[in-house]
This record gives sequence, structure tokens and C-alpha cells, in this order.
Amino acid sequence: MADITMEAPAAIFRPGTSDKEIEAAALKSIKRRKQVVLFWQIAILIGSLGLWELSSQMNWIDPFFYASPSAVADRLYDWAVNGTTEGSLWYNLGITMEEALIGFFSGSIAGVVVGIGLGRNKLLSDIFSVYIKAINSIPRVVLAPIFIMIMGLGLASKVALAFIMVFFVVFANAFQGVREADRDMIANARILGASDWQVTRTVIIPSAMSWIFASLHVSFGFAIIGAIVGEFVGARFGIGQLISIAKGTFDAAGMFAAIVLVMIVTLAAEYVMTLIENRLAKWRPQQSLDTH
Amino acid sequence: MASEPSRSPAIELINVTRRFVSPTGKTLMALRDFNMTVERGEFVAVVGPTGCGKSTTLNLVTGLAKPSAGEVRLMGGPVNGIDRRVGFAFQKDALFPWKNVIDNVMAGPLFRGKSKAEAERMAKDWLARVGLSKFLHHYPHQLSGGMRKRVALAQTFINEPEILLMDEPFSALDVQTRTVMHEELLKLWAERQASVVFVTHDLEEAVALADKVYVLTAGPATVKSVYNIDLPRPRVVSEIRYEQNFIDYCKTIWEDLRQEVETSYRRASEAA
Ligand SMILES: Nc1ncnc2c1ncn2[C@@H]1O[C@H](COP(=O)(O)OP(=O)(O)OP(=O)(O)O)[C@@H](O)[C@H]1O
Ligand SMILES: [Mg+2]
Repeated sequence: MADITMEAPAAIFRPGTSDKEIEAAALKSIKRRKQVVLFWQIAILIGSLGLWELSSQMNWIDPFFYASPSAVADRLYDWAVNGTTEGSLWYNLGITMEEALIGFFSGSIAGVVVGIGLGRNKLLSDIFSVYIKAINSIPRVVLAPIFIMIMGLGLASKVALAFIMVFFVVFANAFQGVREADRDMIANARILGASDWQVTRTVIIPSAMSWIFASLHVSFGFAIIGAIVGEFVGARFGIGQLISIAKGTFDAAGMFAAIVLVMIVTLAAEYVMTLIENRLAKWRPQQSLDTH
Repeated sequence: MASEPSRSPAIELINVTRRFVSPTGKTLMALRDFNMTVERGEFVAVVGPTGCGKSTTLNLVTGLAKPSAGEVRLMGGPVNGIDRRVGFAFQKDALFPWKNVIDNVMAGPLFRGKSKAEAERMAKDWLARVGLSKFLHHYPHQLSGGMRKRVALAQTFINEPEILLMDEPFSALDVQTRTVMHEELLKLWAERQASVVFVTHDLEEAVALADKVYVLTAGPATVKSVYNIDLPRPRVVSEIRYEQNFIDYCKTIWEDLRQEVETSYRRASEAA
């Protein structure tokens, strides 16, 4: 087996190598590749954190403004154990998550429904497209003060902001997904006997699904942005409020700690979404094993 | 025209014209004074230069599109929307990639309100006939081009269409697979006695399969000539191509078709 080069895109085998051996070699090379990728990922993480820590310790950068990984970790630990100035960390995180999740679910459901509805109806989409473009051209965050003025400092204003951020992304993708649905495939379904609703359910929605999922991946992040920006502008609790307070007291470690929390939450949500997507999209060609 | 409905032809296109109007208001005439009659149980092939209006003709018969003038009749009655007696085989396969083989084939009966158990039984039966019983749970991307075509045929045939329209269904296949598909198609057709309109670029394919070959003019399409193919049935497609009769038919029709193809190319190069 020593003469088989693993790094080459396609390994060349001696004549007479059995299928079992080839399979084993292929599996081994896949595993090896995964390890290489993981190794570099971890190395880069450790390297950059280490550089940050070192620069901060050595005073190459001002620790007062830039903090350091160890200070951030301390702050997170402190928040987790002793709570923040605004009450328990988990309570604040819970508030932000609640705002983001409600905004995310309502925004994406509304986006999918309206996107598919307008995508299926040429007349409605011609009429509304100009308004959608107009509203879409507003940078969503400028709506935060208005929402807070109208709906107050509580949950509703943040949910509204998260909703509006999510809605347009999902809507645009669902709409596009419907438009991209294969015309022959729709004609095929109709000739096979499908009603309009059956066409929507069995052709339009599945073919728009990969577009919709692509938007859902980014839009959870947008929901978090909506919630946090809303909290910046005016709130009593939440991660955004923590960041706002940290800013007020020139507490760099506090700000970075809040950012790390948001990152963890968003990555976790992304992971769950990928799991769901893979379950739903098992019909798609697999990319990995084919090549090498 | 008052003949009893059971005697009326399967498909009639009477003086049909079809124009496309672009958003800028320009019109393009795809069919002009088009006349065609397909008797019940007849196998008709349609050949013509590319872009002349063959697919447009089939779309009028399915009811997906309406003629700008003239009349399309199925089994003696007018066409109103999509007709349930029609089956359509597409040029590129229009299988649903997110459904596995059996779910693809079951789609038609389920759309038409059959129970799941009934649809499944029918689908298994048809997949056995096209030799795909071992692949019920594969997805389309896991099949070869020829297998996908067979799934598509099963998907179309399961609705037991009395009128079968095929738009260059085998043009993407290699020659050997295509011959196999021809045999299968003729076998299924002989069992069902459906009326078939088969559009193709391939003249030999047309002559080998059909009772009648329609030659269309370069667009806007009208019928240039109709040839009756008097070759005995059942035909063995892989052998028929060596018979003198077959070769004569191909030569005659090709002479006729060539002028139209040349016209079509000349126009295309003039436009460019
Ligand atoms: N939806 C449409 N809108 C505008 N023009 C169209 C449309 N569909 C077809 N045409 C035009 O009508 C003419 C006939 O098209 P058609 O698809 O029927 O040709 P065809 O004979 O099937 O060609 P091919 O053999 O290449 O498939 C072409 O000039 C085409 O550009
Ligand atoms: Mg065509």
C-alpha cells in the first residue's frame, strides 16, 4: 500500500487491486482530508487568539480598548456566575433570543408565504413590485427609533425590527425560487393532472426550497441584528443593552464578551438549520464521495 | 362534421394559426394555416427544420396554449384547458428531482385522486414493465439517462393516455439506448393502441416508428407533405433500417425535408 499516493486527486492503483482495498484507500483519504482541514481550522483559531493575547500582554495594542482573550473569558465567566449589572446573564440572553426567534419565525413564514403568493401571481407581483423595491431600499436599522417610539421599550419593537429584517431576505429568495422553477416541470405536473394547488405544493415549493434555505441561513443572523440594534436604541434588558452599557463604561472586555455570546448562539442556530436542510434535501446529489 | 363521436379522429388541427406577441408588441407567427389529422390508434411522426413550430403544435394539443385562429379538436370535441386524455413526453426529462423513482411515477394517479395504495400498485406494475423494479427508491440523479427516460415513460403511461404526444423524447440518448427505447415504445403502443404524435429531428426514427410522417415547412410552419409509411408491423427497429423499402422512404422524405432545412439555415444566417 505504500506506493499509493494519497494526496493525488485520483489515486492510481496497481492492476489486481481489489475493490475492498480501493474503497478502504478512498475512505482513508477522505478521513485524512477532514483531519487536515480540522487541523488548520484549529491552528488558525489558536494562532489568532494567541497573537491577540500576546499583543495585549506586551502592550503592542492598548488593552484598555482592545481587551484580550483572557479578559473576555474572565468577563464571560463572571457574568455567567455572578450575573451582570442588569440581572442574570441568562435572563438577558433569553430576552434577546426571544425577540430574535419570534422575529425570525414570523418573518420567514411571512416571507415564504408572500414570496410564493406573489411569485405565482404575475398581476399581483407587477403591481406590488414597485412598493417592495421602495420599502426594500430603506436601510432597515433606521426603522428602529420609529418602532421604539410606536411600540415602546419592550419586546414588540425588537420583534418588529427582527421581523422586517428577516422578511425581505426570505421574501426575495422565495419569490426568485418560484420564478426559477422549471417550466417544463410545471407543464409536466399539470399534464399529469395536478391542480394549481398541487403544482404549488409538489413542484413550486420543493424547487424554491433551496433558495429559501439559503436565505434562512443568513436571516437568523439578521434577526439577531434586528433584536440587538433595537436594544441599542432603547431597551431595559438584552445583549444589546449589555453592549450599550459596556460602551458607556468603556468596558472593552464586556463588549467582546457580548459579541462572543452572539456568535455562539448564531453558529448553533446555523448548525441546527443545516441539519434540518440535509434531512429535507436528501434527494440532491452528494458532493463528497464521488471525486476522491 | 356531424359524424358520431366514436368515429371522429383522435386529433384534428383545422386551419390553425399561432402567433406569439412579445412584450414590445412585435408578433411572430409560429404556425400558419396548419392542418393535421391523427386517426385513433395511429402513430404520426412530425419532422421539420429546427425552430419551425413543432413544439408549438404539441402545446396546442395539450391545451397548455390556445390557437390564435383556427380550431383544435380532440376525439371530436373542442379543447378546453388541459385534457386528461393526453400524455406528454418531454424532450429533456421533466422528472421531479426531489421525488424518488416510484414517487415520480405515482404522481399522476395521485394528482388524479387515486388512493395511495392503488397508485403504488400501478406504479410498481409500470416500473416492472420498463425494467426498473430494482430502482424504486433511487432518485433521478442516481440513474443513467436511459433509465430516467424509462421512468419518464412510465410516468406518462401510467395515466393510460389515449393521446400520446412526444417531443423529441429520445434525442438526448445514445444510439443503442435509443433503439431499445424505440422497441419499448412500439411494444407499449401496440398494447395500448393510443394515438401518438412523435416529434423528431431524426428522419430514420420517424420512418421506423410511424404510420404517417408529416414534413413541415420552415417557420411559420405549415404542412408541406404527408407520407404514408407502408412497412409491415410489428417492426423490429434495429433491423428495419437495412430494408430497401425503408431506405427508399428515407431518401424520398429527406429530399423533401432538405429544402426546408436549407431555407431555415439561409434565413438564420441572413438574420445574423
Ligand atoms: N413562448 C414563446 N414566445 C415567443 N416565441 C416563441 C415562444 N415559443 C416558441 N416561440 C417561437 O416560435 C417558433 C417555433 O418554436 P418551437 O419551439 O415550436 O420550434 P420547434 O420546431 O419545436 O424547434 P426545435 O426543433 O428546435 O425544438 C420559434 O421561432 C420560437 O422562437
Ligand atoms: Mg421543440
